[in-house]
Amino acid sequence: MESLTLSDIEQKYYSELFVYCDTDNTKKVASNGRVLDLFRAAQLPSEVVLQITELCGATRLGHFGRSQFYIALKLIAIAQSGLPLRVESLNSVKDLPLPRFVVGKNEAEARHAALYQDTDSQSVYPGPGTALIPRPPGRGHPNKKGPPSSSSLPVHEVIQPLAPSIETQPEPTSPVISPHQSPPTSPHSWRKHKRQHSGGNADRQQVVAATGSVWTQFREPQTGPVTGDGMWSSHSPPPPSSQESWVSFTADTPPSSTLPAMHPSSVQESTTIRTVASAATTNEIQRQSSGYDDPWKITDEQRQYYINQFKTIQPDLTGLIPGSAAKEFFTKSKLPILELSHIWELSDFDKDGALTLDEFCAAFHLVVARKNGYDLPEKLPESLMPKLIDLDDSAEVPEPVAEVGYSASPVEVTSNKSPSMPSLNQAWPEMNQSSEQWETFSERSSSSQTLTQFDSNIAPADPDTAIVHPVPIRMTPSKIHMQEMELKRTGSDHNHPTSPLLAKPPEMSEETTLPPSMKFVAANTVGDGYSSSDSSTSDQEPITRQRSQSGASPEALKVVAPPPPPPRPQQSHSRSSSLDMNRTFAATSVPGQAQPSTTAFPPAVPPRPLPTQTSVPLTGHRVDSEGVPAGGAVLTTTSPQQIPQQPNFADFSQFQAFAASEQPSSLPEIDKHSEAGQVEKMSEGAGPLRTVKSDGPADERTSAIVNSAKGSSGPLAPPPKPVRRRLKSEDELRPEDEQLGPQKASAIAAPLTAQPSIPRSVGKDKKAIQASIRRNKETNTVLARLNSELQQQLKDLLEERISLEVQLEQLRPFSHL
Amino acid sequence: MAVCIAVIAKENYPLYIRSVPSQNELKFHYTVHTSLDVVEEKVSAVGKSLGDQRELYLGLLYPTEDYKVYGYVTNSKVKFVIVVDSSNTSLRDNEIRSMFRKLHNSFTDVMCNPFYNPGDPIQSKAFNGIVSGMMVQTG
Repeated sequence: MESLTLSDIEQKYYSELFVYCDTDNTKKVASNGRVLDLFRAAQLPSEVVLQITELCGATRLGHFGRSQFYIALKLIAIAQSGLPLRVESLNSVKDLPLPRFVVGKNEAEARHAALYQDTDSQSVYPGPGTALIPRPPGRGHPNKKGPPSSSSLPVHEVIQPLAPSIETQPEPTSPVISPHQSPPTSPHSWRKHKRQHSGGNADRQQVVAATGSVWTQFREPQTGPVTGDGMWSSHSPPPPSSQESWVSFTADTPPSSTLPAMHPSSVQESTTIRTVASAATTNEIQRQSSGYDDPWKITDEQRQYYINQFKTIQPDLTGLIPGSAAKEFFTKSKLPILELSHIWELSDFDKDGALTLDEFCAAFHLVVARKNGYDLPEKLPESLMPKLIDLDDSAEVPEPVAEVGYSASPVEVTSNKSPSMPSLNQAWPEMNQSSEQWETFSERSSSSQTLTQFDSNIAPADPDTAIVHPVPIRMTPSKIHMQEMELKRTGSDHNHPTSPLLAKPPEMSEETTLPPSMKFVAANTVGDGYSSSDSSTSDQEPITRQRSQSGASPEALKVVAPPPPPPRPQQSHSRSSSLDMNRTFAATSVPGQAQPSTTAFPPAVPPRPLPTQTSVPLTGHRVDSEGVPAGGAVLTTTSPQQIPQQPNFADFSQFQAFAASEQPSSLPEIDKHSEAGQVEKMSEGAGPLRTVKSDGPADERTSAIVNSAKGSSGPLAPPPKPVRRRLKSEDELRPEDEQLGPQKASAIAAPLTAQPSIPRSVGKDKKAIQASIRRNKETNTVLARLNSELQQQLKDLLEERISLEVQLEQLRPFSHL
Repeated sequence: MAVCIAVIAKENYPLYIRSVPSQNELKFHYTVHTSLDVVEEKVSAVGKSLGDQRELYLGLLYPTEDYKVYGYVTNSKVKFVIVVDSSNTSLRDNEIRSMFRKLHNSFTDVMCNPFYNPGDPIQSKAFNGIVSGMMVQTG
């Protein structure tokens, strides 16, 4: 064709280009493929390109031979320099600049181009400056030294930051293939550009659109040369303005590091971008140093930047950023909502609608990456995982294959973990609900338990009882109380079968020197008596009968009441009352084993006024506790049954014991002795019990009853009476109480009467009266206490009811859905 | 194991609907639409009983020859509908319940996203993933 004379440089350049285009090594280049791309990259109007091809003869040949190719290239150069296309000009134009191609070329070309460009004057640049076709990620054409940075268009500059930044990004991950991708750019070309001028990237184009593409392209070529980074960093790349546009956050959010690696020096923007730029540069450097292992790794600078941003929203670094605030913040990045939504999904690890510091950093990093053109991963990369789990997979670098999706195993593993976290979180609310249910259940159960407690109190009132036989649970409240009292008493004082009771008397005797103490003792013993009696009594009937009787009769109730209350306090009261009770019960129980205990009860209540007579004999019946362990046992067994609430029954024995010991001088003593002997013979329980009942007629009564029950009149006489000094007088007063031990008493009375009533003296009467008064007072106190306890229980129940109602109210809202 | 999964908003317009066989989608859309009536009926019935908390799982809404339709309502009147193939007899009630539970959880996650406006179609990838997991099983 036309003769073509090329300068040496041109020759080299063209040959390189030809080689580049000659993919088939056929020494001729088809008119497609790289050639076309190359021509396109020349940024010439298509018509011009057509003209060129026509001129060079390719159309004729159908392909580009070497010569045609060279001609074409030359024509391109001519066209780019603005000269009219003339075949003649092929040879005539002097100092024709080398054709500039925006499209990236292979390294060799680039290098050469760069070389050539070095030689070329700067003036060569106009083309790219003018014809800005949205250029595919640019490889900077070597020629494009471009106008010096001063003239660099901001637009162009925009590309710059991307380029270097992209380059600096760890490469292999170029998941994103930008749509506009054009022939792979050679990083070197970029480099060259940078080197040359820093601004000169011909590739300046509307970065915004090409962001992704530019970026990816940079990535591709990147394969090789890390050095490029170095070069870039050395350059004064397009200024931060590019960053600015690139970031497109509001001015105050300079993109974080990864991207713009532009030099601070070249920052032209006066906005904060400058700082960004500096940061960016440093970041870039760091980035370079951080290696390409993990594209998602956050460098320290980046992290610091993120943290600063976090602080602007939430000063507390351990706090959370609410979703709305985060939404506003990230909306500034001008990413599409859908992508932001996806970023959120990835970064909100615990699915709580708020971002922790880690989550925020991850989100920010993803936004930045996305801004730079990285596609979002399907799953959160490990390095971005909030450190909830100790993930040690950062070493594993997901190879970003063409797809963004990180299918690398580590990611999968982590993603597996992450679902477990959210699943845990998801499960958590369920668990919460269930726990709430548990709570409600527990509350309900507790309430029911409280109710049952009564039963439980009642039932196993005495361990002995429980063992022996199930004590009927359902009882009148009074009974319940009595049982509770018993429980308490037994629990607090003595849990004991009869034997302990027996053992106690001596103790009791020691303890009690004062009436109150005696009372306590009595109470204890009574309690013991109860327990023991209950336990030992396999005979439910008497118990029930007695209880029912006690319940039935108001007086009996009164009598019954005292025992239940707390043992200690009750002791005093119960002692007195229980003494009465015990007496009654004892009286009833003793005979009650065989005799109808019913008889024992009624008499127990009314008896007070009545049986002075009985008291007399009863006193005689007082048994020495000392000598009546056996009797005590019996008594205990019976008395409790008779008067479940009267632990005093047991006390009796103790009282008897100590009373006997304490008052040897009393008249009763004589009786005691006599009685003691008798008592011993008699029912065990009755004796000791009776003695215990020093306080009151009840003792006498019971003792009488017991005695009578035991059937040995004679022995009956001795028991309790002698013990009570007070009782002596009381005994007389006690006739009432004793009358409780009704018929038995009367029965006893007969034998009793037989006994010497010597002890009955006026003094005794007085004492008896006083004793009875005291007893009554004690009974009153006991009853009062019982009342207070009942009140308390009532309050508790009311509270429970209120709480249940509250629960119901709380649950009600759910029902109206 | 589902052939079609749909999420319907309170106002009875679909937020998300996906079927496995890409053809015959119209049929499934129609089925879901008609099932809404059954859902309403069940919801109103349960409301009257005023249980502590209305049961969210509605169970089998109605069966046809080819498939069965199950329903689930959240406390905010968002309905989930799952259509399963009748030939898939091995599906137990518990499995359906667990599917609804998963749906509900991922729906909650979508709602938590501040960038999601309630009433928008659901475009969450995570949600898509969950649904695919439930549907692909049928193969």
